[in-house]
Amino acid sequence: MKSGQRLRTALLGAILGMAAFGAVQAAEPALKVGLLEDVSGDLAFMGMPKLRGSQLAVEEINKKGGILGRQIELIHLDPQGDNARYQEFARRLLSRDKVDVLIGGITSASREAIRPIIDRTTTPYFYTNQYEGGVCDASMVSMGAVPEQQFSTLIPWMVDKFGKKVYVIAADYNFGQISAEWNRKIMKDLGGEVVGEEFIPLGVSQFAQTIQNIQKAKPDWILTINVGAAQDSFFEQAAAAKLNLPMGSSIKVMLGFEHKRFKPPALNNMHATANWFEEIDTPEANDFKKRWRAKFADELYINDMGYNAYNTLYMYKMLVEKAKSIKLEDMRKVIATGEACIEAPEGQVCIDPKSQHTSHRMRLISVGPQHEVKVEKDYGTIKPYWLGEIGCDLTKKNDKDQYTPSHLPKKS
Amino acid sequence: MSAELFSVFYQFADVFAFLILSAAGLAIVFGMMGVINMAHGEFIMCGAYVTVGLVKLGVPLPIAQALAALTAGLIGVAVEYLVVRRFYKRPLDSLLATWGLSLIVTQSMLLIVGSSITGIGTPEGSFAIGGYTFSTYRLVLFACAVAVLLGLYVTFMKTRFGVLARATMQNAAMARALGARTGRIYAISFGIGAGLAGLCGALYAPTMTLIPTMGATFVVESFVTVVVGGANVLLGTAPAAVFLAIIRMALNASYGQIIGQIGMLFAVILIIRVLPEGISSVLVRRGR
Repeated sequence: MKSGQRLRTALLGAILGMAAFGAVQAAEPALKVGLLEDVSGDLAFMGMPKLRGSQLAVEEINKKGGILGRQIELIHLDPQGDNARYQEFARRLLSRDKVDVLIGGITSASREAIRPIIDRTTTPYFYTNQYEGGVCDASMVSMGAVPEQQFSTLIPWMVDKFGKKVYVIAADYNFGQISAEWNRKIMKDLGGEVVGEEFIPLGVSQFAQTIQNIQKAKPDWILTINVGAAQDSFFEQAAAAKLNLPMGSSIKVMLGFEHKRFKPPALNNMHATANWFEEIDTPEANDFKKRWRAKFADELYINDMGYNAYNTLYMYKMLVEKAKSIKLEDMRKVIATGEACIEAPEGQVCIDPKSQHTSHRMRLISVGPQHEVKVEKDYGTIKPYWLGEIGCDLTKKNDKDQYTPSHLPKKS
Repeated sequence: MSAELFSVFYQFADVFAFLILSAAGLAIVFGMMGVINMAHGEFIMCGAYVTVGLVKLGVPLPIAQALAALTAGLIGVAVEYLVVRRFYKRPLDSLLATWGLSLIVTQSMLLIVGSSITGIGTPEGSFAIGGYTFSTYRLVLFACAVAVLLGLYVTFMKTRFGVLARATMQNAAMARALGARTGRIYAISFGIGAGLAGLCGALYAPTMTLIPTMGATFVVESFVTVVVGGANVLLGTAPAAVFLAIIRMALNASYGQIIGQIGMLFAVILIIRVLPEGISSVLVRRGR
């Protein structure tokens, strides 16, 4: 009896096992999403929300049946803030893991390090940060905000409210340099004056001299585009020295959540234009925050990078489903229609066909003495128009270049 | 005019304090003992994190800072006993061992404590001279740096332990033959070095972003100062810090932070080329 039962169980098991095997064979293989985000090193505090945003989106999409019936497999590697490792890991994801899409990169230096590698493949790449703008590359979709959305709004507002003299402190790499160039251009158009510009090497944490240089130059406000944990020490040291000047930035508060990391009033009088910040109070935003915190209860702040990373997977899902294909060229046909849009927690966002950058609902926010965040102005949806205006048109020509106000496309 | 003069002094004092405080511990561990301690930055981070943790529990800042330095010192003694002790005859291996330790510590802190913690804010207090305003706490840092130098002088030149320690570093076998307990002296010296690193972190904790890798921002300056200074803690590190602070301050003020950093490192290359044994080799020779 007993042995007979065992035999039957074994037989049943074998049959079930074969059935399961057959089922796996029949189901579509998972879509492989390669993700490069720093979760250790100097930028880990910003990279962690990006990983988490991606994980949350993947979990939600998989629960609802995946993309075109295929589950998503997220392959995350941690380049630890090292650009050489970014390149190595990008090659590994593209050629060994053969990912269907590549997402990620924090600094503009890391993006520019891996972009040429991606350009040699036919894999689509999504860059999920706000950045200094100007990349005209058919392989890349940019999900974050760019200068015409951030600086063209912020700088005129700051000039109007505080005055025409600005002092710039910027991180000394492509992001800081090009952002400073944007500021020079916009200030010139406004008839303002850049009374000082200081580029800080990454990793520098002592700012006593910078603070005095600022006091000597007597600006009306400061543009702070310093990057990384070490350079953020500026705010604490400036507050201790009672610098007390209004500040504006394209990366503070919503991205680096300095108002949560420093004790008030270090970030008092900071201003930024953002498509996302955790303090947004709309039903869609609140619902998103609730889902995030249900999964990651200990999150210090849901920053715009994490939010953009989350949106990216839904944007990818929409593109694949509309194209009914995971091929870059088919997805780009969808982008070319100008109807590549998703309903994001900030509202509807769409990919611009000419530049493959994303439109955003922009708000100008300010930080008060208790580090409370207030919306000063709502600009509504702003399209990423600059690249298209200067002659980048990816529907016609793939430039694979990064343009700046001083490096424009050649007139053909 | 006086405002400009004071500003120059203030900037010098600020860079000097940063160099001395970040290098003092390493001057003992690397300069005297010859251990290439790649985990120096992690002792600094330890001091900073303990300080912030204690202040958040309600401990007054100066006491928290003292306790943090003490904690780092005790951990230093333990690390010496468990790891560093095995590498005195293999200085290059000590580099690998302490580097490994540093990686383990930063990654563990990242996993346990998280990628960033909220700061505690610099103690109130600022004053104005001319058109400039200054933070009082930066002068406290300068005073602490001077006090650390004085403390080191007294410890190593005026106490029995200091004599034994210097004897051990010069010739351990001979010191042991004469009855010095060299094992214990090594452990205590390493502990003092780690404690001073912890003190550096404790003092700078209120002014900085707190992340597990924060020690790295001190490490270049500390190694550079010790290497330029040479083996003698007092006759090396202090003049090296004065020299580098003047160069860096002047270049920072005139050309900004990039040139300041490049200029300082360039000066270091020149000095090491001309004086491979460091500044102290000249001063000590002249003293004899």
